[in-house]
Amino acid sequence: MSFVEYSEIIQEGDVVIIFLGHESMMPVMVQSGAQTQTRYGVIRHSSDLIGQRFGSKVTCSKGGWVYVLHPTPELWTVNLPHRTQILYTTDIANITLMLELKPGSVVCESGTGSGSLSHSILRTIAPTGHLHTVEFHAQRAEKAIQEFKEHKVSHLVTVRNQDVCKDGFGITGIADAVFLDIPSPWEAITHAKSAIKCKGGRICSFSPCIEQVQRTCEALLDHGFEEICTLEVLLRVHDVRTVTLPSPDFGPEEDSRSSQVASDLSQDEVPNSGNTSVICRTATPPREMAGHTGYLTFATKPRD
Amino acid sequence: MAECENDSDVESRISYRDYVVLKRGDVFKSVQVENKKKVVFEKQWFFLDNAVGQLFGTRFEIEAGGSLKLKAAKHSGDSLDSKEAGQDNRHIVDDGSSQKLTRDDIETLKEQGLKGQEIVQQLIDNSTTFKGKTEFAQEKYIKKKKKKYESEISILKPSTRLLAMMYHGREPGKICHLRYDTLAQILTLGNIHAGSKILVFETCAGLVLGSVMERMGGFGSVIQMYPGGGPTRAGMESFGFPSHFHETLHEFPLCKVNALLAGTLDLSEKDAESEVSGSGNGQSESTQETSAVSEEKNSEPQSMEVSIDPQEEMRREERERLREKKAQEKKVKMEEKRKKLASAAALLEGRNADGLVIASRFHPCPVLMCLLKFIAPSRPFVVYCQYREPLIECYTKLREQGGAISLRLTDSWLRHYQVLPNRTHPVLLMSGGGGYLLSGTTVAADAAKARNQHKSEEPVAKRLKLDEISSA
Repeated sequence: MSFVEYSEIIQEGDVVIIFLGHESMMPVMVQSGAQTQTRYGVIRHSSDLIGQRFGSKVTCSKGGWVYVLHPTPELWTVNLPHRTQILYTTDIANITLMLELKPGSVVCESGTGSGSLSHSILRTIAPTGHLHTVEFHAQRAEKAIQEFKEHKVSHLVTVRNQDVCKDGFGITGIADAVFLDIPSPWEAITHAKSAIKCKGGRICSFSPCIEQVQRTCEALLDHGFEEICTLEVLLRVHDVRTVTLPSPDFGPEEDSRSSQVASDLSQDEVPNSGNTSVICRTATPPREMAGHTGYLTFATKPRD
Repeated sequence: MAECENDSDVESRISYRDYVVLKRGDVFKSVQVENKKKVVFEKQWFFLDNAVGQLFGTRFEIEAGGSLKLKAAKHSGDSLDSKEAGQDNRHIVDDGSSQKLTRDDIETLKEQGLKGQEIVQQLIDNSTTFKGKTEFAQEKYIKKKKKKYESEISILKPSTRLLAMMYHGREPGKICHLRYDTLAQILTLGNIHAGSKILVFETCAGLVLGSVMERMGGFGSVIQMYPGGGPTRAGMESFGFPSHFHETLHEFPLCKVNALLAGTLDLSEKDAESEVSGSGNGQSESTQETSAVSEEKNSEPQSMEVSIDPQEEMRREERERLREKKAQEKKVKMEEKRKKLASAAALLEGRNADGLVIASRFHPCPVLMCLLKFIAPSRPFVVYCQYREPLIECYTKLREQGGAISLRLTDSWLRHYQVLPNRTHPVLLMSGGGGYLLSGTTVAADAAKARNQHKSEEPVAKRLKLDEISSA
């Protein structure tokens, strides 16, 4: 397995996602001899995982069972160990599309954070692209490097431990796209501009607060960026369920004399006992949902 | 700049036959650059010939006679400044007489070949209320007039972003109202990436197919499942992919899926022949066939006269040759089609595809149930539908049948913002519906469960338990 290439069979050293049911999953690094405890019992890697097909059902010691899934950036996003606040799939999807990422793209990112977006970028730009990611927090940068290695994508990424606002991305004129998720993105616009190819490219900045967006847009305009556009995308998850709506009881029909004729015609309509109900299948939004993650500001750097 | 040239630039120059995207303001149009072809865009017409050899991203002005002229370097004369401005609009009265130029005056200015910017300046100079307007109102006024009179277009390289925005803005009906942020979700949730084998069933003009191909970058394979006579690909063509991308694209008719699943798909030539005459499958082919038949009929009475007229004889032979040639061509075409079908069938046969994307005007439920059989376990699938109810049905059916987990029914909500100093707010108009998605992950079919389903009495309790665990 790798995060940029599917494989069929689970092997030693793979990361697999154990699916326990209803939004409950855990990532596991497969090692022969190792064991993983779940609420359904223990999973023995050598016998239960290695050599099995991704997507198969694994019976645990207590008789319960789980599915073992091939890792994807999307599954990783909901399972990764948080070192920072992370970007989720909805925003990532829009960032990827609006930055026009595809195989071969060269991308700059800062900060690396927990690597949620990084994995998604790597998936999209493989096998010929490259990600230059900058993280000023030494321990986080170290952890990211280690994770990229474990996930067999380290040949596609360079992690730099420096301050993007002061030192930039460490490259010049080779990026197709730049992504910023830092507290003061306006301080990094100059560096972003010089990182992007002469023939131009795209930039995106993610900020939770509108004041940050305001300053970023001003900076982008000052640096000659075009097509500046700020948007926000929210995901609504619908809960599919069957609901039962009882019909109210209006009591026995009073003026039976006048309705006599009608009821003669439709006899079977009459027995309207109090407890009838209508069953219907519907999808309802959850009681509470994420109302705001951040504003996404996009722009194009024109050709020099 | 010298350094610039090497990161470029052969493919960054516009040439004939290129597919390009024209942009004016927020409006896009996709065209192919052709010799002396008249293009109509935003109520203006022009020829693209002058753009050939220029770099993508270049801005042009439209001149009289429809020729494109390079737009002079940046903001050279952006001197539409106004020194005076009012505080508020308490003294501004709408009496319809603030603009001293009449419509005819403006027309004459245009005919004189005045530049857009000059016309805007004239409008400002002749507006009695302009100076009384607030700074913000002045800016808004200029922006509005500029949009109308300054006709600047830029020519861009096509991308999913541009084409998805273009289709959504111009022809949402053709792409089942699939909004670009929803398309973004499809590509991400489907884990579309280089090297995989993806099934696509779409009736979105080929936009979804094209966006999938862009994300695959020419690595791996895409199998387009198509309804009716043949696949629709106009949207995909607009991407202008290099030819090696097309080698990764396969097609397979939906009407042969049952045969393939049953193992009765006949790939012999005979079958290809009979398919043409049968069941209105290939429209173009069947019309070809009928025209061939009618030709035959025509030639018969004529052939009786032949013996008399030698010239007629020659013509007859000519016709014969032509017909033979046509038949030959048809045979070659048939053979090609058979080969394509066989290669697509071979890809599907393994039932080990890496992903499934459905976005069509058809009811998604039967399509999903059928095509999921071709997907390997632990792979994502995404179904788009303009409406929610059919996806509720899909969800229910999948939960009953098993074989899929992490089912999610979602839609997304897209809001644009105007960000300007002291005037930041959400854009007034936002898109209502962008469609709904059902996404999930396949898992290995449960053998025990399949057996249970055969003897349909007992296993209610068991199935419930299964659902409990494989839920959501």
